[in-house]
Order: sequence, then C-alpha cells, then structure tokens
Amino acid sequence: MPSYKLSINGESKTVEASEDTPILWVLRDQLNLVGTKYGCGIAQCGACTIHMDGNPIRSCQLTVAQVEDKKITTIEGLSADGSHPVQEAWKKIDVPQCGYCQAGQIMTAAALLDNNPSPSDTEIKNAMNGNICRCGTYNRILNAVKEAASTLS
Amino acid sequence: MNTSYKRRTFIKASTLTGGGLLLGVNFMSSCKEDVKPPVDVANLNFKDFNAFLKISPEGYVTIFSPNPEIGQGVKTSMPMIIAEELDVPWEKVHVVQGKLDNENYQRQVAGGSQSIRHGWDPLRKTGATAKQMLIQAAANKWEVDASDCTASGGVISNKAGDKLNYGEVVTEAASLEVPEEVTLKDPKDYTIIGTDVSNVDIDEIVVGKPLFGLDYKVAGMAYASVMRPPAFGNKLASYDDSAARSISGVQDVVQIGDKIAVVADNTWTAIKGKNALKAIWTIDTKGESTSDHDRILNGLLDKGKMEVFREDGNVEKAFADADEILERTYDSPFLPHNCLEPMNFFASVTAEKIKLVGPIQTPARTAQTIAKDLGRDISEVDLEMTRMGGGFGRRLYGDFASEAAAISNEVKKPIQVVFTREDDMTDGIYRPALKYRFKAGIKDGKLTAYHLKEAGVNANMYGLIPNFFPAGAVENYKVEGAKHTSNITIGAWRAPFTNFLASAEQSFFDELSEVMGVDPIQMRLDLLDNVKGTDDERIQYSAERMQEVIKLAVAKSGWGKQASGVHQGFVAYYCHNTHVAQVANVEMEDGKPVVKKVVCAVDCGIVVNPLGALNQIEGGIVDGVGHALYGDFGFENGVPTAKNFDKYRLIRMKEAPVVETHFVQNNLSPTGLGEPSLPPAGGAIANAIAKATGKRLYKQPYINSELLG
Repeated sequence: MPSYKLSINGESKTVEASEDTPILWVLRDQLNLVGTKYGCGIAQCGACTIHMDGNPIRSCQLTVAQVEDKKITTIEGLSADGSHPVQEAWKKIDVPQCGYCQAGQIMTAAALLDNNPSPSDTEIKNAMNGNICRCGTYNRILNAVKEAASTLS
Repeated sequence: MNTSYKRRTFIKASTLTGGGLLLGVNFMSSCKEDVKPPVDVANLNFKDFNAFLKISPEGYVTIFSPNPEIGQGVKTSMPMIIAEELDVPWEKVHVVQGKLDNENYQRQVAGGSQSIRHGWDPLRKTGATAKQMLIQAAANKWEVDASDCTASGGVISNKAGDKLNYGEVVTEAASLEVPEEVTLKDPKDYTIIGTDVSNVDIDEIVVGKPLFGLDYKVAGMAYASVMRPPAFGNKLASYDDSAARSISGVQDVVQIGDKIAVVADNTWTAIKGKNALKAIWTIDTKGESTSDHDRILNGLLDKGKMEVFREDGNVEKAFADADEILERTYDSPFLPHNCLEPMNFFASVTAEKIKLVGPIQTPARTAQTIAKDLGRDISEVDLEMTRMGGGFGRRLYGDFASEAAAISNEVKKPIQVVFTREDDMTDGIYRPALKYRFKAGIKDGKLTAYHLKEAGVNANMYGLIPNFFPAGAVENYKVEGAKHTSNITIGAWRAPFTNFLASAEQSFFDELSEVMGVDPIQMRLDLLDNVKGTDDERIQYSAERMQEVIKLAVAKSGWGKQASGVHQGFVAYYCHNTHVAQVANVEMEDGKPVVKKVVCAVDCGIVVNPLGALNQIEGGIVDGVGHALYGDFGFENGVPTAKNFDKYRLIRMKEAPVVETHFVQNNLSPTGLGEPSLPPAGGAIANAIAKATGKRLYKQPYINSELLG
C-alpha cells in the first residue's frame, strides 16, 4: 500500500492508503479527524468541505494522492479553540439543529469571507448553495455569515 | 380537548459514594417500592428510571437527559425545566445524554413531538423535589423550620440571613425522605423557562468534535458496507466475492439474509469491496412501479372497499340535497428521509456481551430486538446513543443496528455498518405514496357535507387524524380509507400522514372558499365557531386556540395589505397537540412563482426555549416547503428512481423562504414543535401560487407542474 506525506492543519502526517482513497476517508478513518462529514460522496451536499491551499473543496472528490503536496485545513484546524469569527457567529446565532452539516457550512463560509469580507446576501447564497442543511437552518446560516462579516470590518 | 398530560411521577433518592445527591425520576410507569437510584453514576439504571438529577458537593448539577437528541432541541429544553424548578443558575447545569443498559427498558424515545408534553410535569416536579430536600437539609442544619427558609440561584437562606450553597447540604439532603407534595413555580417567576438558551452541544458542533454515530471509533474495529437487493421483491440467489476479497484491506465477506456484507479495514475499502461483488438476484415478489401505484390508488378511490374511520350524519343525503359539489384529488409520492448523516451503527458482539453504539430514536426496542435475534439475554446488551445527524422518523427503525449486530456476530469482531447515500436512499423505509379525494357539498351558502377518502400504499391514517379539523365543524362528515399492500417498506416520516394530508386539505379549503365566493380566513373562523362548546370528546383540536392563532397570523402577515405582485396563501392546522396558522408570500419572477416568505403563528403553550423553538418552526416549514416543491421519488419495477442528490432534489439556501414566527402568549402546558409547522406549509405555498397564477396544484412535487418547471 503506498505511503503519502500530508500537511493537515499545520502538522505533517504520513498515511498508508490506496491511491484512489478520497482524502475525506483518510481524514476520518486514519487520522481520526471526524469533523469533516460524509453526506453523499458525489460533491452534491457539501458536508465534506475542507480548505486546500485556502480554497474550499469537497474532500469526497479529491484523492489522497491528489492532495499530497497541498496545505489542508479541516474544521478542527480552523481555529485553536472555536474562536474563528465564523464559529463565534454560529454560536451567537445558535445556528445548528442536528449539527451534522455545520462543519461543512462553516468551512464554506470561512473561505467565502477570506476572499470577500463583505459579501452581499446574493453572494452569500451563491457561495453557500452547495451546502445542504436537511434541518432547514438556512436563514440562521445566512444571518450568521452576515454577523461574522460584520465583525471582520 | 386534552392538552396536558398527567401521570403519576415517582422520584427516589440516593446518596452518592463520595458525596452528593442522585434523584431518579420515573414518569412513564410506576416504580417498584424498593427500587433506588444507584450510588454511582456509572451504573444508572434506566430500567427503573427515565431520568436522573445529580447534585455534587461542589454545587454542580448534572441532568442525565432522558430523550434522544435528533436536532429537536430536547437535550437543551428538558434540562431547562429541571433547572428552573431546582432554582440553579443555568451555567451550573451540565447535560449528559443518558445511556441505555439493563433489563426492562422504560420508554426512551424521540418521536411524535411528545418529549416536552410528557416531560413537563415530571421534570418540574423533579427539580422542585430536589430543591425542597435541599431546603429541608439546610433547615435541619440550622435547626429552624423549613418554611423559614428560601432557595434561589443555588443558595438557601434563612430569616437570620445565614446562607448555604446547595453543594454544602447535598449529601445530607440525599438521606431525607422524598417529599410527596411539592410547590411548583408560577410562570411569572420563571428566570430560565422562556429565555433563549443555546443548543447545549453548540461548542462541540462548531469545532467538529466526534458527536455522531458515524464518528464513533474504537481501536481494532472494522467497517462494513452492505450490498442490498437492487429492487424491492428481490431475493439473493448467489454471489461471487472473489474480486472483493482480492482488494487489499478487505477482511471478510458474509451473507446476512438477502444481503452481503463486506468487512474491511476502513470505510472506503469496504465500499470498494461491496462495489466489486457480483450477485445474482431472483424475483421473489413482483417489483412495483409508480404507474402501478397510480392506477391502483386511483382504483381504490374510485371503487375500492373502504374502512370508515369516522362518520357523522349522512354525507350521501347531504350531497343529494346540495346546491353545488366540489370534488378534488391530490397526489403525493413516496419520500426517502435523507437524514444528512446516513444510516450507520456500531456493534461488538462477544460471548460476554453485546455493545451497541449509534444514532437511534428507539433504543429500548432496538436492544430487545437484537437480543432476541441473537438468542441472547437482554442483560448482556449495552446500548449507547450518540447524537443523530437527523432522524425524521427513519431512525425509529433499528434495521441498521440489527445489521451491525448480525455482521459482528458472524465475523466475531467489532464493526460499524456504514450506509452510502445510495444505500440510504434505496434501502429506505419510505413515507408512503398517498392520494386524497375530497368532496364537499354546499347548500344555501354553507358547507353541509365533507367526505374524505384516502388511498395509501401499505398504510392508512392513524386513529386521531379523523378527529382533527374539520371534524365537528361540518354536520355531515365522513372519513374513510383503503390501502394497497406492497413489498416496498414504508414507515413514519416527520408528521406521518399529516405531512401530505394537511397540504391537500388546506388547498381544498382554499379552493372551496373561492368557489363559495368567501374570504378563506373568514370561512375558517366561521367553521370553527360551529365547534365551540362542543361536547364531542373525540375532537382533538381547540376551536378557540385555532381561531386565536389564525388571527395572530393574519395580523402579523399583513394579510390583504400587500403591494400588488405579492400573493398570499393561508393555512391553519392542528397536529401533535399544537395549533399553527401560516401565510406564505409568493411573487412571480421570470414568469415563475417564487416563495419569498412564510409567516407562522404558533400556539404551543409555554415556550420553554424560544431560541430553540424558533429553529424547530423554521426548520419544519423549510422541510415542508422543500419536499412539496422538489421531493420527486418513485419506483420502476421495484427499483427506486433516484439514489443520490444529483437526481433527487432537496431544498437549498437560495430556495429557502424567509420564515417569521410568532407565538401566542399563554401559560398553558407546553406542547411539541418537532413536527407541527411542517404539514400545512406545502398548502400555504400552493394557495399563494394559485393566487399568483390562477391555477391550482394537485400533485406533489410541485416542480413537475408546468407552473414551476
């Protein structure tokens, strides 16, 4: 089984995995980073969103081989202690119901605000539309992204 | 109408080894005289009690939350109730999800929107009982009368001004007799109930802590991916696992009934192994198609032998006498649940015990089923509930837990069964396809006859529903149904039956009001007048509470006062003990109707946690609107027509309407919120779309109509 050297949340990790393993499953099953979730496996739900070199990607689509020399950030590495402005906004607005989609939502929102610190409602909705919330917390998510944006300015 | 739920609450106390008080409360059945809570919280006996309250010598309060948390917020709201009556600051309260282990399980379930309604009295009584015991213990220490002491914010005081923290007297309190009668707070004195409290797990959710079933891991565990019959009605004839076994990391392949499980080192390898299996399936019972169901259900409505659920007066005579008759038929598809966390469960079956861990809404029944299936004693089963990434009724059925236990039993190692999204959507226990035919008779401008027929796949409405509105409001009333028996598995889906019936019924009433030339809201208020003061005990809803919630929705939605181009649809509905009224706003954009906003008025009695309550109402409406608009699912020769989100559409952020919620303020006992806002939401948008386009919608999903597609 081939070996891969990965950079995850600023740490160097070496894993053995088959070449075609999506990085999602390497994170969850081998590195015990279960914050990144499996929802559909075909990049339709966004629950698996992580950052690769600062950009939001669906970790169910990129393999461990494809991310070997990239900088990966997962929800666990977004902040040391839950204090990222998006995480703080999520707490302030009390966004989650079941909570399963929320790590993916937060990662997409964080990447959006990195690129665009004061997005319009339309820009937020366009950026977040790939993240499904089965419990329907969309209104709160929108408000939380706006709240986070307001703290950045 | 019976809203409050009264049952005797049994409370027992123990002194914890190392100090502290543990109260066990049983509110679902009687407690044996000699039974007591344990002296160590590691051994909580949920066999005898539904919930536990622990107070430590440091004054920290731990509530072992009785009901599973699926995102409906009870892990936050139920402890709030105890903390209020116990009179401790909410920050000193820690909530732990109760485990389930032992012999005769008590009812620990999430479903039916009943957790708060059933728990309201017992949880208040538990908090008040603990407080009274603490006061008595302090009074004993001071050698004064308990009536000269008061307690507030975790501190007991006497008339002289002496103070003791709860923690300082907690061990003495534990050995006192548990008082039979306690005084409960007046709602006007509440400092916690009625305030906004955040989801107790939010800190962990936002940093990705392992909370869900799929996140559960133990060293040495294996993962299982299961190949399932591709069509309902199939049986497994034979299979070839040579390709699967040759994949590095695949540990074993076992047959479980008509399914084949691949066991591997990790999830991805297990899925690859499953995909490499070659299986031969035979047709045991014929695979059905949506076109079959359509034909059969229409046939049942036209001339099927129906079971009468409720009959008042004589609808046939009333129709014969009527000036005008309106008859309409409404169609709905099967729906998969699509919890975002797919089905999964962990099982470790050894000679000594069966350890089960995962997301389940019915832990007790599941554990019993597995013990029985494996020929083991229930005392050997240990079940730990994780947080659930959505339930919606799917996790009431422990089929996935039984699968995990069966596989672990076969391969003799700890395994976690993981459903792919495709497994989850195609091996479902679906919301059944249903058709409703409504017939109304109008005479002298009044509704004189109402006849509802239901045709369903495998199921008909449950007994309470025929006693919802308009029962009691129309003199000649008949509700009946028939079902087609199918090999497709169906079950409860958030707000069973009402999740489509409400939309259909509310659409019908809207069209009826148009035919009668009356305002739909006035018509509803007038019909409800007919029910006021009824002595018919079967009637489930309250006419007064329904009228009040309608008036609130009208007031807050600006009904009739919108700018041109904003079209409004009205609905009002009672289910799961709660009354709601909604007004949806629709505007035309690029020639298509778009749902912009839903205003919802709710009467659920006292709102325990407004912040959590709002989330439930909004979520229910987005869920109802989303499935009414987009949920498109069916069968072709027993094979589901969609298996992932590329073909099956769930509502997304861009389509979700803004939701504005208003609660009726009263001090009535709280009723549930997990389901009530969902059922009529599809009807609200259909009625608004009818205003916007002049055309009615009769078939869900509405996206397939030329009006929207």
